[in-house]
Amino acid sequence: MNLAFRDVRHNLFRFLLTCFGLSLLLSVVLAMIGIYRGIVVDAMTVARNHGVDLWVVEAGSRGPFAEASRIPGDSREGIARLAGVAAAGSVTYQTVEADRFGKKIRLYVIGFEPGRPGSPTGITRGRAIGKSRFEMVADGSTGLKIGDTVKLGRTGFTVVGLTENQVASSGDPVAFITLPDAQKLQFELAPPAARVQQARGSEGASRDTVNAVVARLAPNASVEAVAETARRWRHLSALTQAEQERVLAESLVDRARRQIGMFTSILLLVSTVIIALIVYTMTMEKIRQIAMLKLIGAPDRTIVSMIVQQALALGLTGFVFGTLLIAAIKDHFPRRVVLEADSVLALGSIVVVVCLLASVLGVRAALKADPATALGS
Amino acid sequence: MAASGSEQALISLRGISKHFGEGETRIDALRDISLDVVPGEVVALRGPSGSGKTTLLNVIACILDPSGGRMSLDGELVYEGRWLRKDLRRLRLEKIGFIFQFHNLLPFLTATDNVALVLQLAGKTLQEAEARAGELLDYLEVGRRKSAFPAKLSGGEAQRVAIARALANRPRIILADEPTAALDSRRAQIAMDLLRKLAVDQQAAVMAVTHDEKIFDRFDRMFMLRDGKLEGVVRT
Repeated sequence: MNLAFRDVRHNLFRFLLTCFGLSLLLSVVLAMIGIYRGIVVDAMTVARNHGVDLWVVEAGSRGPFAEASRIPGDSREGIARLAGVAAAGSVTYQTVEADRFGKKIRLYVIGFEPGRPGSPTGITRGRAIGKSRFEMVADGSTGLKIGDTVKLGRTGFTVVGLTENQVASSGDPVAFITLPDAQKLQFELAPPAARVQQARGSEGASRDTVNAVVARLAPNASVEAVAETARRWRHLSALTQAEQERVLAESLVDRARRQIGMFTSILLLVSTVIIALIVYTMTMEKIRQIAMLKLIGAPDRTIVSMIVQQALALGLTGFVFGTLLIAAIKDHFPRRVVLEADSVLALGSIVVVVCLLASVLGVRAALKADPATALGS
Repeated sequence: MAASGSEQALISLRGISKHFGEGETRIDALRDISLDVVPGEVVALRGPSGSGKTTLLNVIACILDPSGGRMSLDGELVYEGRWLRKDLRRLRLEKIGFIFQFHNLLPFLTATDNVALVLQLAGKTLQEAEARAGELLDYLEVGRRKSAFPAKLSGGEAQRVAIARALANRPRIILADEPTAALDSRRAQIAMDLLRKLAVDQQAAVMAVTHDEKIFDRFDRMFMLRDGKLEGVVRT
């Protein structure tokens, strides 16, 4: 006869209520893990979606995401001519606040050369940009619809295509426009400022500047060799895709990772203490019954197993509730929450360990229970 | 002084003593207690508060170490200056049944399960345990309440279930701590009659700590304790 199960069944409502409370706590832990995973995925999304092998940036920079990078627009032609490079494209990146029905939306605007690496992938609705000016492919999370017009700078852009889940490391949704539009948006001076520059006799800096050149290599080309060749240009630096992802993971999201890691650790510690207190209280409520069990001859393993099983039942039920809860609401978070099976399983394993640790207090109290107390002495 | 019965005693104490503390703080809770209780006998431990009744019951229940003397239970020498068995819980499970002042039934188990639990702890299968529990509850005329939880049982019914639990493994020794204190006069008499019947039917020895005057006449003998010493034996 399973005493833990019988006890839980007899006090089912109270048990479920306790599990529900615990599930809220564990759902916050899962949410934190999911948010962290989301930050990593978001940080990698732009870099991965280009589907390139090589990033050519400004010399001495680890750009274009972790550090600023500006290189001449004609760099792409040089890179495209390198042996082993199948295709290359210039890209620019900038964050822009746009007006939509009087409401500000933040966009991570990528300027690209149509038909070259850096073009938007995974268009789920509408079409790719077909003409060179004033068209935009935006992520669905912007709330924009096909045909909407958004004003960026002094120019209105028409949304012609929509993508899904394309956001920057900051969580801002991505919008693609052509490179000339992006360069104009990023580098063209406002008319009054341009007039001041003209009055000073300055022609102004060249607008043909990009943040990076991305390259796709031929199947048998060595990425290291091509990167090494690109680095020979003194004004350029090159990172392989793997290096770019490492920079993103180690630099860009490292502080967020540590922050969330610390917060998650504290939450797990709080969960441990709470489970321990619940198990201890549940045990102390039964201490006379435990004393009676010892008196009538129940071995320690029967008593210990009752407490440990209840602690595990509590933790795992709370964990399952918590997982279901966070799975149900994760899409309503403002930023991406990624629940991966390995994270969920890892937390499940941690919950088991936490329950075992937490039951130590209860087990200790139970083992110390004096059977004489059942006799009323 | 030995207060002895005539046959092979189920409870046999010789010179049992128990003290707490040492030096100036030493308290002698039991001093040189010797007694025998034979099969079929129902005896009481009486005495004022602090006289050592519960301490003696705890010693016989093997949950309190005596400080000296010899003790045999069901013909087995279990203590002689030290415990002679390591598995005292197993000894209790096999040889001793307990009845408490308050029934002490597990609130999350039905009447049947409360009784069956003891049988399962002794190694019976669930089916065997439930069958025997059912028989016992029927025998104690509480069979119709076998599926009820303790909270739904009357005081008398709960005490009968507790008695069924105490008898489940057919122990030869039944120790009771104020078994009628929570019962009214009529139910107290019924419970004592039941214990007597069981003692005779199962040739068990029943020893109860009690202050309940209305059941004194239900005991064969009463051991009078005062200041830890066996002051006398009253035959009723």
